[in-house]
Amino acid sequence: MQGKFEPHSTLMSDAQMRRVIRRMAGEIVERNGGVEGLMLVGIRTRGVPLAERLAAEIERTEEVKLPLGILDITLYRDDLSTIGPQPVVKGSHLPEPVEDRTLVLCDDVLYTGRTVRAALDALLDYGRPRTVELAVLMDHGHRELPIQADVVGSVVQTAEEEVVEVAFEATDGADRVRLLRRVATDSGAES
Amino acid sequence: MSWARKDLLGIAELSPEEIGLILDTAESFREVAERPIKKVPTLRGRTVINLFFEASTRTRSSFEIAEKRLSADSMNFSASSSALVKGESLIDTAMNLQAMSPDLIVIRHGFPGAPHLLARHLPAGIINAGDGAHEHPTQALLDAATIRRHKGKIEGLKVSIIGDIEHSRVVRSNIHLLTKMGAEVTVAGPYTLMPPGIEALGARVSYSLDEALDGADVVMMLRIQLERQGRMRVPSVKEYFKLFGLQAQHLARANKDVIVMHPGPMNRGVEISSEVADGPYSVILEQVENGVAVRMAVLYLLSGAQGESR
Repeated sequence: MQGKFEPHSTLMSDAQMRRVIRRMAGEIVERNGGVEGLMLVGIRTRGVPLAERLAAEIERTEEVKLPLGILDITLYRDDLSTIGPQPVVKGSHLPEPVEDRTLVLCDDVLYTGRTVRAALDALLDYGRPRTVELAVLMDHGHRELPIQADVVGSVVQTAEEEVVEVAFEATDGADRVRLLRRVATDSGAES
Repeated sequence: MSWARKDLLGIAELSPEEIGLILDTAESFREVAERPIKKVPTLRGRTVINLFFEASTRTRSSFEIAEKRLSADSMNFSASSSALVKGESLIDTAMNLQAMSPDLIVIRHGFPGAPHLLARHLPAGIINAGDGAHEHPTQALLDAATIRRHKGKIEGLKVSIIGDIEHSRVVRSNIHLLTKMGAEVTVAGPYTLMPPGIEALGARVSYSLDEALDGADVVMMLRIQLERQGRMRVPSVKEYFKLFGLQAQHLARANKDVIVMHPGPMNRGVEISSEVADGPYSVILEQVENGVAVRMAVLYLLSGAQGESR
């Protein structure tokens, strides 16, 4: 994302976010008829705290601790040859084999769909899961690939110069979703 | 921090942060080797040429596996099977290779500075896989990766490198790397295999195996380059083993959780006994394993920096 962004408005407060995550956890359990064979997989960076929160919520209601995977999609990006210096690779970790499991990919924001495309390719290199579902906290449109989420926290229509920023207590000190808007700078595009 | 260099020519010019970035990236790449499908699409469509003017099995196959696991297309040129034996100059060979538009060239050459020459003339990124007795940066990096995994850090460790110091590029790259990262390095070997002025690189010099082992956290044994011993720098292999060969009883002097390393290929019964090489302190095979991850990291980082400097 080029340019400088400044906060414009708050889309979700901490209380709202907690309720939304609770509902998403319920939907995941409901659509799968329970928790049998489920594994949550968070996409780095902010998909990981979302997956942790969903797992905690499911553990509270279902009294089952779901396995929690972490996926780093850097090596599967389609823009590595164009973005300049390579992004830092932090690595993936899936605690159990994916064969015949239902995987729930978790990410904070669904935007172009390219991250999810990369995540699907990465997951399939670990084996053949039975189903892969997608859970996102915020869907803000502007899709560039035919990808949709199965479980969505909230949908927000944004303009080209706006982005959605999700913060989690575990990683950022507070739960919050904000809309950021690009501000004009003299120097033009700086990264 | 991000990687900005087009080439990896040596450790001497790297900052501790750059070394740390390579090691951290390598740590992430280790996981690829544990998957059912040991391949990621990261360097799809990139071409890497492995240009080996000196015999090498381990380093070349390690680079090759790293390239394949990153989905790069790789090609091997070795001195015995190409125009190199027909009198072509290094620059001409390189220009011809460049005409095939490789993204990266991995080069090993008997002359120090050969990779640097290529780096100046070619837009492709150059990786030094050993130039004479000068540097072998990916070996030092994989050694560091191995040390870090066992000790959790490099700073403050006592590292002793023992053997043929004069002919070793591994030792030069390792002294640079380990001192930059805050380790205390001792090199030891017979007078006849100790190059004058090596202490200028920041290492302490010793001529006694026992002294070098005292309190060491890491012991790196170097190969006695038997093929170079036409000049007979040691009276006999037997005598060398008696004076500088690492045997189990010597390790009592070292730190109790010492690790023993060797860049390979090993001469058992010359610089190291089988008992030590196969013993509980040996991490020699882990070095090989880390070699692939480190080379993947270097290929990955350099391939991102290329577009920038062109």
